[in-house]
Amino acid sequence: MTQAATSQKSMTFGEAGSALAFAALALLCIIIAAKAHTPEYAFHAYLFAAASGWAAFKIVDRYYDRPALLPPLTINGKPNYNMGPVKFATIAGVFWGVAGFVIGLLIASQLAFPALNFDTAWLSFGRMRPLHTSAVIFAFGGNVLIATSLYVVQRTSRARLVGDIAPWFVVLGYNFFIVIAGTGYLLGITQGKEYAEPEWYADLWLTVVWVAYLLVFLGTVMRRKEPHIYVANWFYLAFILTIAVLHLGNNATIPVSIFSPKSYIVWAGVQDAMVQWWYGHNAVGFFLTAGFLAIMYYFIPKRAERPVYSYRLSIIHFWALIFLYIWAGPHHLHYTALPDWAQTLGMTFSIMLWMPSWGGMINGLMTLSGAWDKLRTDPVLRMMVVSVAFYGMATFEGPLMSVKAVNSLSHYTDWTIGHVHSGALGWVAYVSFGAIYCLVPWLWNKERLYSMKAVNWHFWISTLGIVLYISSMWVAGILQGLMWRAYTSLGFLEYSFIETVEAMHPFYVIRALGGALFVGGSLIMAWNVWKTITAAQDVAVEVTPALAAAE
Amino acid sequence: MSDTYKTLAEFAQTWGLLYFVAAFLAVLVYALAPSRKKRFEDAARIPLKED
Repeated sequence: MTQAATSQKSMTFGEAGSALAFAALALLCIIIAAKAHTPEYAFHAYLFAAASGWAAFKIVDRYYDRPALLPPLTINGKPNYNMGPVKFATIAGVFWGVAGFVIGLLIASQLAFPALNFDTAWLSFGRMRPLHTSAVIFAFGGNVLIATSLYVVQRTSRARLVGDIAPWFVVLGYNFFIVIAGTGYLLGITQGKEYAEPEWYADLWLTVVWVAYLLVFLGTVMRRKEPHIYVANWFYLAFILTIAVLHLGNNATIPVSIFSPKSYIVWAGVQDAMVQWWYGHNAVGFFLTAGFLAIMYYFIPKRAERPVYSYRLSIIHFWALIFLYIWAGPHHLHYTALPDWAQTLGMTFSIMLWMPSWGGMINGLMTLSGAWDKLRTDPVLRMMVVSVAFYGMATFEGPLMSVKAVNSLSHYTDWTIGHVHSGALGWVAYVSFGAIYCLVPWLWNKERLYSMKAVNWHFWISTLGIVLYISSMWVAGILQGLMWRAYTSLGFLEYSFIETVEAMHPFYVIRALGGALFVGGSLIMAWNVWKTITAAQDVAVEVTPALAAAE
Repeated sequence: MSDTYKTLAEFAQTWGLLYFVAAFLAVLVYALAPSRKKRFEDAARIPLKED
């Protein structure tokens, strides 16, 4: 077959199959749009139809433009890496990051000044809050994970990505899911499950994309030239596989009709709550932890030019983490209808998680042994090391809050929000920023970033923002918890609920200020990334003497 | 109903514990075996290899 291809050009099975599948999907979506129960659902059906039509056209168009042979797997014995999809996901990550942070700033400001929803349904807190969480976790974090995983798996396997259409399908299909999810929230389409708000048809689409992602990743690992599967790939694989299982379990719904966006979950009552938090906590454990630990295990050694401190510890870290995390979900349901033993089980496993979490943190930090001086001169490495420190802090705080006695004070208060953001801003976002700052010059063949001084500004402005954010939320949360449980000498509650809301105002203002600083930092990054990509080849001289200024 | 619960709880509390301890020991043996020392030291350098 390959011999014939040299003289005669023919469509691959993937090209023909996916073009036909997309054409059929476009047709189906037009029918659904015509008979849709609600205008919002019709809008989504039209979006699906337009995107599928475009994809079918693009695949055929690309076939006519391409040479008869597909790109070779190697050129002169060196792997011919496929970095196009990685570049797209990197830029998408920066874009969604800024968008998600801005929406976060808006809802933080709404909590301090409720008039900022401008009395519209679209901008109401209930719709903007899932828009913020999904934008930062799935759009920003997800694109960074896809970009880095497809980069790292190629480099550490020394093999080109499997598939021709498939990697593009993963990247574009995932971002299309983000668009459907986000516009759905704005239009009021939600199934009301935290971090899993998109309705059944978006979930179904994501399932197809995710299976393609798993196959591309796994296929590339199996094609590897390197005998050993590097630890970062283990973490990525755990992330992809577990998210697939969680997504299917938590979204086991039955749609009212194919023409309706509404669906009902098969789980009932407290079982549904348990499945929701089995999903929710492992979205933290496998999306926001395992995936980003993979980033840590590749980008920190690479940037510090030091081997992993202890590879053996990384293996123990991996297996201990994935075996324990999956049981920790019930700690979200303390003092609810969930059986007591399940609550205690969740708490016990959360406390055991201290061990692998700190083992991983130590492994990341100690990778710098012999290269600590680089922290002074390289703000990108500093960002990643601070992210690992925040990982240690957030994973210390988490088990503490899972203890029932502590949880009786902290649950439902802003302490939880502070805890989540020390992990999300300090750990996930910082290690992502570090990876983006590394990736952009590597992917676009630039000698260096456009401005190191700007990275330094980003680092300090954002760090100040995080400190304001988490310290205000600690104070607010503990104050809230104490006010709720305060009794008078006669046994009445001392404060009405609205009094506790009023008491939060100054802290909400400080939190919004911290958020504004974080947004500012991300805008500096977007500018720097843009300038690096568009700068003339080989940015040899920098406009400002960055390192001198940094000291 | 309560019998089913009791049986399941007992099974989980004994065999679950043994399963986790055994799995952890197996990981420790795999990771720390002296025969794999060299292999893992090489693996730690995979990101640093250029091509």
